[in-house]
Amino acid sequence: MDYVKLINCMRCGMCLPHCPTYKETFLETASPRGRVALVRKFQDGELVESEKFLEYVSLCLDCQACASACPCGVNAGELVAEFRCERKNEKGLSLMEDMVLRKLVPHPDRLEAATAPLRLYQKTGLQKVVRSLGLLKMFPEALGRMEGLLPKLPDAPLRQTIKEVTPAVGKEKGTAGFFLGCVMSLIFSEASLATVTLLSALGYKVVTPKDQKCCGAPNMLGHDMEGLKDAARFNTDLFESHDLDFVVTDCGGCGAELKKYGHHLDGEEGATTFSAKVRDISEVLAGEAGALKELLKPLPLKVTYHDACHIAHCQGIRSQPRTLINLIPGIDFRELPEADACCGSAGTYNIEKPEMSDRVLSRKVLNVQKTGADYLVTSNPGCLLQLKKALSEATPPVKVIHLTELLQMSMNA
Amino acid sequence: MENSFIKALAEIVGAEYTLSDPESLACYGYDSTPELQSRPGVVVLPKCTEEIARVMALCDGSGIRVTPRGSGTNLSGGSISFDAGVVLQTSRMNRILEIDEENLTATVETGVITSALHREVEAKGLFYPPDPGSMNISTMGGNVAENSGGLRGLKYGVTDDYVMGLKTVLANGDILKTGGKMVKDVAGYNLNQLLVSSEGTLGVFSEVTVKLIPKPQTKKTMLVHFPQLEQAALTVSHIIAARIIPATLEFLDRTTIKCVEDYAKVGLPLDVDAVLLIEVDGHPAQVEEDAAGIREICERHHCSFFQTAASPEEALKLATARRVALSALARVRPTTILEDATVPRSCIAPMVKLIQDTAKKYDLLIGTFGHAGDGNLHPTCLTDERNPDEIKRAHQAFGEIFEATIAIGGTITGEHGVGVAKKKYLPKLVGESGLRVMRGIKGAFDPRGTLNPGKIF
Ligand SMILES: Cc1cc2nc3c(=O)[nH]c(=O)nc-3n(C[C@H](O)[C@H](O)[C@H](O)COP(=O)(O)OP(=O)(O)OC[C@H]3O[C@@H](n4cnc5c(N)ncnc54)[C@H](O)[C@@H]3O)c2cc1C
Ligand code: SF4
Ligand code: SF4
Repeated sequence: MDYVKLINCMRCGMCLPHCPTYKETFLETASPRGRVALVRKFQDGELVESEKFLEYVSLCLDCQACASACPCGVNAGELVAEFRCERKNEKGLSLMEDMVLRKLVPHPDRLEAATAPLRLYQKTGLQKVVRSLGLLKMFPEALGRMEGLLPKLPDAPLRQTIKEVTPAVGKEKGTAGFFLGCVMSLIFSEASLATVTLLSALGYKVVTPKDQKCCGAPNMLGHDMEGLKDAARFNTDLFESHDLDFVVTDCGGCGAELKKYGHHLDGEEGATTFSAKVRDISEVLAGEAGALKELLKPLPLKVTYHDACHIAHCQGIRSQPRTLINLIPGIDFRELPEADACCGSAGTYNIEKPEMSDRVLSRKVLNVQKTGADYLVTSNPGCLLQLKKALSEATPPVKVIHLTELLQMSMNA
Repeated sequence: MENSFIKALAEIVGAEYTLSDPESLACYGYDSTPELQSRPGVVVLPKCTEEIARVMALCDGSGIRVTPRGSGTNLSGGSISFDAGVVLQTSRMNRILEIDEENLTATVETGVITSALHREVEAKGLFYPPDPGSMNISTMGGNVAENSGGLRGLKYGVTDDYVMGLKTVLANGDILKTGGKMVKDVAGYNLNQLLVSSEGTLGVFSEVTVKLIPKPQTKKTMLVHFPQLEQAALTVSHIIAARIIPATLEFLDRTTIKCVEDYAKVGLPLDVDAVLLIEVDGHPAQVEEDAAGIREICERHHCSFFQTAASPEEALKLATARRVALSALARVRPTTILEDATVPRSCIAPMVKLIQDTAKKYDLLIGTFGHAGDGNLHPTCLTDERNPDEIKRAHQAFGEIFEATIAIGGTITGEHGVGVAKKKYLPKLVGESGLRVMRGIKGAFDPRGTLNPGKIF
């Protein structure tokens, strides 16, 4: 770990009011400034890796709101993640982690096969029975939570059904590579289809290489740097073998990770070129605002927007999604209070730290209710999962959709 | 710290809010002051006045020292416990108790964040002017204890000018109420004003009632570039001499401009010696007239560029640039030593010059920014704490700067307080009799020396 990054924190506290866990606890140990101090004291040999210590550093959502707020350029969340990663490397992966991160996630076929029973489970009506009988209570808690979050799965993952090349409508402007993302493909395939439809309607040929693997973000979360590097090399080579003007993704998490490939692979030329080509779908569409506007028809909806951490804090994309929503004629856009505060999903955080996740989520739900919107738009599968569940249970319920789904709705209106 | 004592504290504030694990203690051993750190014995986060009173009575009776703490953003080491005592943090006491629109007052618990109060009162068309650069984090209690100033200090004054009443827990646990909603009150000594800027050494504030004023109708924000430092400083003096009192009149020097621009990307110029951020507010006609007058004075002093913010968003962006100045400077080198030298405003030009010369003499990088309108400058030395020689030179330089400040009739701190950081300069400033009276006051409030030991004296 780069010690200078730690001493750059001048303890000004500017990050405190932006940290979701600090806002919930008012505890310095649950603040970015405190987390930097903890890691530094560990490096200085003043603290040891006690149970409490691990509890404190693992309470960080890695939402990077602190990084956006810090005028000194300190990124407390990333420092904590890096620290956890280094410690993990010293100890090695557990058998389970090795299984999931090395043997399952990097192989889309296996991952899709593994989720097939779930699809069956939902399809046969078994899910309804299990839910209505409260059998979920019998599952170990984490599994139960995961099950509860899942919306209805599509019949098949998008990766299996989408054509490798989707032609442009009308005159072809260029070629976009499409990076699917595991969760988008497995669960939110309709949103990803909308992404492809929009791109093609705007005149782009869309190439979706079928062999693509997971972006590697789960490996990062699981502190498996080697697995992450493997994924980065594979995807770089695959996409660079096509002749693409840019690579687009509609998953905030994937986008953030893909843009870091150059960094992960220590500036290897291919990876740096690839990373520079990666765009979030909102960046591409905002650049085409004029043409897009022509395609949009009125939608009289009250809409608000949640900034996913991986979009706003990691990629610095804030204005583009708002611009796009406001392009839709007749839309009543309402700014969400604390829009760029984490929703508590944060990878697998909602399963690992349910109590804090729920507190952070409740705050988000309350803020959404304040807007009076009937649709909440966001662009990251983790947020979609977490918010769909919570907001469908709110009174009155609020619909949660991906940005591209909203735009497609307007196109089809 | 003994377990039985920690248990007794936990009985008062709850076990969840009594922290004694080494990790928590490490995280409450610092504030925003560079170089200073220590580890408290235990941290408590009370929820109400009553709990504070019981904590104080317990500690005073057991001979254990207490250091009050808001958000720990002060720059004088005031909220660090140096004798392994109790740190009493108010952040859970964050209720706005009342906004009284008839009397134009607000009463809040002292853990309320300053900008939260701003938001609430401004929603009602009212105004609480004190706005320290740290207002998004600092607490009202911390502001009162340090008598914090802010960007609007020139026209509207500092925290002291707005404190009307206080509820204070004394060292022995007694609760003292001073002042109230009365605009006039001359019964006895003015304890309210005495308590403001007491830096946590006389009592723990649990509630404060502040004065509100009507929100100014309009404002105009201007950013002016000066190729030459002297011209910028002269402009400040001449604006005041022309009887124009802007709400804000802030100064950034070349070093600071560069750092802020690196961070905030607001389009600050990189080739000038100084910029002034000026804001006038009030009645629209007056605002127009003042702005025109200011423009004329700036042009007379050879400003190279004069920009008026076109929209409230742009104005906010410019003001934000000034607000993050300190932290932006910290990007350059890891350790920023910030000072708080304050001089009569007519002395700003020679003072800034002196700071720059001293920096050169000691081979240091010092950026200066501050509230030029009220003579409050923040020379900020950019160093690396791992370089002891450089740190030594920085302290020598500041020693000289303070000598000069006192010699021209200035003071060692305009808003950050004495705390630990400025203790050594105080005797020279207030003299023997000043110290004797201050010590006497401390003894009257806190005979056993329980509250915030080692600060100020
Ligand atoms: C980036 C930055 C910008 C800043 N800008 C300004 C500025 O423009 N103007 C300015 O004046 N200051 C400024 N400061 C300094 C600091 O923010 C102020 O001194 C602020 O008032 C401290 O508030 P706090 O809640 O953090 O108090 P703390 O730092 O926690 O405590 C400050 C002092 O008050 C005492 N105290 C705290 N709460 C109580 C209480 N309830 N009862 C009794 N004593 C108490 C403490 O013991 C300590 O001595 C800045 C600091 C930073 C880091
Ligand atoms: S992480 Fe950044 S914002 Fe937070 S205290 Fe440190 S320097 Fe300040
Ligand atoms: S990453 Fe998020 S949770 Fe972690 S310290 Fe930063 S703001 Fe707090």
